[in-house]
Amino acid sequence: MVDPHLLFEQLFNGVQYGILLFLLAAGLTLVFGIMDMMNLAHGSLYMLGAYIAATVSLVTDSFLLGIAVALPATLVVGIFLEVVILRKLYDRGHLDQVLATFGMILFFNELVRLIWGPAGIEVPLPSILNQSLTLFSIPLPLYRILVIGVGLAVAGFLYVLVVKTKVGMLIRAGASNREMVGALGIDIKKIFTLVFGLGAALAALAGAMAGPIFAATIGMGENILIQVLVVIVIGGIGSIRGAFVGSLLIGVIEIMGRSFLGDFFKLFLPDNAAETAAPAAASMLIYILMAGVLFFRPQGLFPARSG
Amino acid sequence: MKKTFILGVSALALTLAAPQAMAAKAKEIKIGFVTTLSGGAGVIGKDMRNSVQIALDHLGNKMGGVPVKVLFEDDQVKPEVGKQKTEKLLYKDKVDIISGFIWSHVVLASRNSVVKAGKFLIISNAGTSKIAGRLCHKNIFSTSWQNDQVPMAMGEVLNKRGVKSLYIIAPNYAAGRDMVAGVERTFKGKILGKDLTKWPTQLDFSAELAKARASKADGVFIFYPGRATNAFMRQYAQAGLTKTPLYSVFSVDSLSLPKLQQAKLTNVLGTYSTQFWAPDLDTPVNKKFVADYRKKFGSYPSHYGAQSYDSIMLIDSAVRAAGGDLKKMDTMRAAFRKADYGSVRGKYVYGNNHFPIQDFYLRKVIADADGKWTTKIEQKVYTNHQDVYASKCKMKKTW
Repeated sequence: MVDPHLLFEQLFNGVQYGILLFLLAAGLTLVFGIMDMMNLAHGSLYMLGAYIAATVSLVTDSFLLGIAVALPATLVVGIFLEVVILRKLYDRGHLDQVLATFGMILFFNELVRLIWGPAGIEVPLPSILNQSLTLFSIPLPLYRILVIGVGLAVAGFLYVLVVKTKVGMLIRAGASNREMVGALGIDIKKIFTLVFGLGAALAALAGAMAGPIFAATIGMGENILIQVLVVIVIGGIGSIRGAFVGSLLIGVIEIMGRSFLGDFFKLFLPDNAAETAAPAAASMLIYILMAGVLFFRPQGLFPARSG
Repeated sequence: MKKTFILGVSALALTLAAPQAMAAKAKEIKIGFVTTLSGGAGVIGKDMRNSVQIALDHLGNKMGGVPVKVLFEDDQVKPEVGKQKTEKLLYKDKVDIISGFIWSHVVLASRNSVVKAGKFLIISNAGTSKIAGRLCHKNIFSTSWQNDQVPMAMGEVLNKRGVKSLYIIAPNYAAGRDMVAGVERTFKGKILGKDLTKWPTQLDFSAELAKARASKADGVFIFYPGRATNAFMRQYAQAGLTKTPLYSVFSVDSLSLPKLQQAKLTNVLGTYSTQFWAPDLDTPVNKKFVADYRKKFGSYPSHYGAQSYDSIMLIDSAVRAAGGDLKKMDTMRAAFRKADYGSVRGKYVYGNNHFPIQDFYLRKVIADADGKWTTKIEQKVYTNHQDVYASKCKMKKTW
């Protein structure tokens, strides 16, 4: 029988992992949904955010200051990219966009190597955050609790921004019918730049938060981007709510799969086979879910476009 | 008439033979060195390249009086790229010897190209069981170890230290499974759980660490090379597992320790790992190597570097034995088999599969006199240990 303590702890881990995915997915889904722009370099902005935050916090010995610098810095980089490169790609097909942004990934990986070297940087945390908090006799890493808190705050902020403000109204309108928004005399270009900058800042926040867990390394964005793409496909492209639900779903499934699939397989497979098959099967679970969603609800769980 | 004919033929033979005799000593020795120079694993390649540089410095850039040139190629941790680069070195650059190789799967893909070209392959790291066993070859030598040996030594250490139960976490790829098999072969206690994680993309270990803690094992055994080391160590501390001793192989080394120190992960201090070598290994050659490396590059070399240094020194011993004539393959092979050179680990002998029969040590992480984190040898675990795959190699030991 599964230990309820362990089950609760893994649920916590799943939620935390999902929240980290959400920080990335929120930005990507906005860019993809509203601008109809496939931006693979989103992972590069995540990496950039992680590196900048790590460097600043190493120099100043303040983790908070690292985040405070990384966010606006990456936002500026994002806006620069949008104005100089991506703007020229809006009218092209998705394939051109994929090629161009893939090129940007290579560019950023090399750039980071030139500036910071190949080894990656470790981000020291204030020692208080390197501990765990014991809750119902389960030690939960304090830092991961913080990640969940930040993620929920961002989700709340985005909810207010998208649902309650005029800018949000325009973003939603842009997501469901771009041409109509333009026809009504709204400067859609400005909205695009704003959305892209916002996405970049969110990616940087995700990177800065991920740094102390995974360390800032070259190519860190590509690994996680695949799962983020799965999240936005499941959640519905362009939908923040979808990204939130999708992220938590993927996070929990991923962690639960890794935790308990091995034991489950052992019920009917020899130990050795179960041990090797379980990790492979666990990493397939989210794709199986995605295939299922695509089959029954091709538009995703919470489609943003209704037209 | 007959006399003149014989004279003529002899003269002709002389003219034919003369240039060959003159060419016997090579003008230049070219060594192709395949390693990883890009991506996260680029740090390993850099350390190997630095160590090759130290070896060349010690040799005065000459082997047996012949100038040496080492050509480095980047395999990008991809078997197909490694094979391609190996063939480029063999056929375009026309190198005399191939060396290097960090990764088991890369060397497996490149092995046949070297064998087919009839050149020597001196492996500086990859310790795949296949090349130690079934795929051994008269022209292939290793200056490292076979993967299983290091975790086997760790299993013995655990027995000696009275560790009764263990939780194992390792990546799910060839070397990861080798490491697990190695520790399971010698550890006599109970294995309470085992997680094989997706490699190399999975860097979140929250689920595995929670299971390890719930198992209440006496110790945790891990194998996480490269950038995964730091991610793992950090999460280990954050998950409140600091009271459970951590035993690692190929994870905590001179490459990861500066980073771990930078991150102030003090829980790494005092942890144990096994290896055939440590920066403080007390041999004259090692002292000189480590001191010169530190002077030139400002950090401790890793075992990857030590093995690469040895590869170059081993090649030097064979080139000298052949008097600089690289066509004397048999003479060179005989010299390789003797391993009569100044190795950082001291004298060792080759088994029938051309893998070293050597000692293994238990190392502990400490802060050195300057406060830099490094590993220090605690005790010898194995003396003259041979890998278990040697019996699967068809070569017979005739030296």
